[in-house]
Amino acid sequence: MATTLHERRSAKRRSKGLTYNPNRPVWKEPASPFYNSIKALIIGGISLSIVLPILLVISTSLADDKQLVAAGGYVLWPTHPTFDAYQTIFSSPFMFRALGVSAFITAVGTFLALFITITMAYATSRPVMFGRPVLLLVLFTLLFAPGLIPMFLMIKQLGLLNTVWSLILPGTFAAFNFVVMRSFFMNIPTELIEAARIDGASDFMILRKIVLPLSKAVIAVVGLFYAVGFWNSFFNAMLYINDQTLYPVQLILRNFVVQGSPMADALGVATTPPPQSLQMAIVVVALLPILLVYPFLQKHFNKGVITGAIKG
Amino acid sequence: MSQTQQESAGQLVAAADRPMAGAASKGPRRKKPAKAAVTADGHQVRKLSWKTRLRRDRQMLLMMIPGVLFLALFFYIPILGNVIAFQDYQPFLGITGSDWVGLQNFVDLYFDPDFWGAFKNTIVLAVWQLVLFFPVPLGLALIVDSLISTKVRRWFQSLVYLPHFLSWVLVIALFQQVLGGAGLVNNTLRDMGMGAIPFMTNPDTFPLLATVQLVWKDAGWAMIIFLASLAAIDGSLYEAAAADGAGRWRRMWHVTLPGLRSIIVLLLILRIGDILSVGFEQFLLQHDAVGPGAAEVLDTFTYFAGVVGGGWSMGAAAGLAKGVVGALLIFAANKVAHKMGEPGIFQKKVG
Repeated sequence: MATTLHERRSAKRRSKGLTYNPNRPVWKEPASPFYNSIKALIIGGISLSIVLPILLVISTSLADDKQLVAAGGYVLWPTHPTFDAYQTIFSSPFMFRALGVSAFITAVGTFLALFITITMAYATSRPVMFGRPVLLLVLFTLLFAPGLIPMFLMIKQLGLLNTVWSLILPGTFAAFNFVVMRSFFMNIPTELIEAARIDGASDFMILRKIVLPLSKAVIAVVGLFYAVGFWNSFFNAMLYINDQTLYPVQLILRNFVVQGSPMADALGVATTPPPQSLQMAIVVVALLPILLVYPFLQKHFNKGVITGAIKG
Repeated sequence: MSQTQQESAGQLVAAADRPMAGAASKGPRRKKPAKAAVTADGHQVRKLSWKTRLRRDRQMLLMMIPGVLFLALFFYIPILGNVIAFQDYQPFLGITGSDWVGLQNFVDLYFDPDFWGAFKNTIVLAVWQLVLFFPVPLGLALIVDSLISTKVRRWFQSLVYLPHFLSWVLVIALFQQVLGGAGLVNNTLRDMGMGAIPFMTNPDTFPLLATVQLVWKDAGWAMIIFLASLAAIDGSLYEAAAADGAGRWRRMWHVTLPGLRSIIVLLLILRIGDILSVGFEQFLLQHDAVGPGAAEVLDTFTYFAGVVGGGWSMGAAAGLAKGVVGALLIFAANKVAHKMGEPGIFQKKVG
C-alpha cells in the first residue's frame, strides 16, 4: 500500500489515466473541472478584451467601402482588404512629417536616454567618490516632482518651446529605469571588474568591453521602456509645441480620432475614403511600431525587469 | 624612476586598494575617521586622500556628469522655480521682477470652488482605483501562478502586458471605437432597436469608466511584481502544507498571502503616496467629452488654471501643494508600515 503523500497522489493520478506533467507539483490536487473552467473563462475573457479592439481597428482600417457600409461602420474581418486609407494618409505631407517627428524623437531620445542612464547607473553602482550623494539626488526624484508650471517655464527659459528638443530632453532620464539598470550592474561580480582594472583597463573600457556585453537583456528592456515612452508622449507635445509641422503622431491621433476634428482639410488630400477607416488607419499607424517591437523584447522582461525591480 | 613609471605604480596601488576601500565603506560605521582603515582580514590600508580618490575615480566622475546635468536642468532648477507660487508671476517680468505676495495664492486656492471640485474628483477617483484596480493584479497573478501549462501561461502573460505599452491616446481611441457614441457596441444596440448608452460621455459613471480603462491598460503589467514574489515563495512550504492536509484555499490563505504580505504593503504605500496623482493624460483627453465636473483632477486643474488660463502662480501653487502633500503622505504611510513590522520603502538603505 502506498504510504507517502507523493505515492498516494501519483497512484491516484495513474488510476485516473492522467499522464505525468513535470510542471505539476506532486502534492497538487488533480485538476478540477470546476476551477479549470472558471480560470479558462477569466483568461479567455481578458484575452478577448485585448485582442478584439485591436483586431477591430486593424480590420476596419483595411475594409473597403462596401463592406463598411453594409456592416454599419465596423468590421471584424475584411473580406476585400484595401490599403486606400493608408495610401491617403501617407500621401498627406502633414501625416508624413508627423511620423518623421515621432521617429526622430524616439530614436534620438532613446539613444540619449540610454547613454545618460547607463553611465550614471554604472558610476553609482561602484564604490566611488560622490557615488552615494548622486544616488540620493536621483532617488529623491522618485518622491517629489517639480510640477507642471515650473517645468514649462524652464523649457521656455531654455528656448526649447516649439522645437523637437522640448519633446526629447525632459524625457531622457527616468529614475525607475535608473534603478533597474543600477541593480543589474551591481549583480555583476566585482572580481571581473577588479581583474580588468589590474590588467590596466580604464573605467570607460571596462564599461564598454565588460559591463555592456553582459547587460544586453537589461539594456533591451530599459531601451524599450524609453522608446515606448518617447513614441507615446503626447502631453509634452501639447504643452510645448504650437507649430503644426512639429506635431508627433500621438497629437494627430488625439486631434482627429479622440477629439474628432474633421480630417480632410488638415490632411490636405482631395479624395478621402470613409472617415471611419481613415481614423482607424491613424490608430494603426500609432499602434503598429509597438506591436512590431514588442514580441522581440518581451522575452527579456522576466530576466531584466524582475531581477531589477525586486532588488531595487 | 621616471614619471610615467611612478604614475603606473600609483595606479596599481590604487587599484589594489579599491576593493578594501569598498569593504570599509560598506562595513559598520567607524567612530572617528582614522588615517588608517583596517579591513576584515586585519590588514592595515592607507586611507586615500581625496586628491588620490579624485584622480582614481576621475573617469567615473566624468560618467556622472551627464546625469547630474540632466537632474539639475530638468529637476532641481524647476523645483526652485516653484517660488513663483509665492509671487504674482508676470511672464514678461520673470521670476526676479515679479512681486512677492506671500501665501496669497494658497489663500486664493482655498477659496476657489473649482480647486475643491478638482480635489474631490481626485479623491473619488483614487478611492475607485484603490478598491477596483488595486486587487485585480493580485488576483490575476494568483490565477496565472496556478496555471500548470507553461505554454498558456506564457501566451497569456505576453498578451496582458501589451496594453501597458499603448499610449493613453491610443487606449482612449480604442475605447471610443468600441464603447463610444458611434462605436461598435452602440451600433449593435441601435441595430437591435435599442437606444444607445453614453458610456464615454456620462459624468455620473465616469469614475467607473476611468477605472475600467486603467484596469485594461495596466492591471496586467502591475501583475508582474506579484508574479515575481510568488515565484520567490519556497515550494517546500506548499508541499508541507499539502502534506498536513491543507487544500488549495487553505494553502493560499496560509502560505501564499503571507508570502506576499510585504510586497502588498509596499505597493499600498506607493499607491497612498500617489493618491493625489490619479493620472493626467487620461483625464485631460476626456476632459471635453465628459466635462470638467467629473474629469477635472488636480493635475488638469493645474494645467488649465496655469498654462491655458495664464494664472501661472495659481497653477504653481496648486502643483506645489499637491507635490508636498504627496511626499508627506509617502512618509506617513512608510511610518505606518514600519509600525506594522514591514520593511516599507526606504528604511532599507538602497545600495
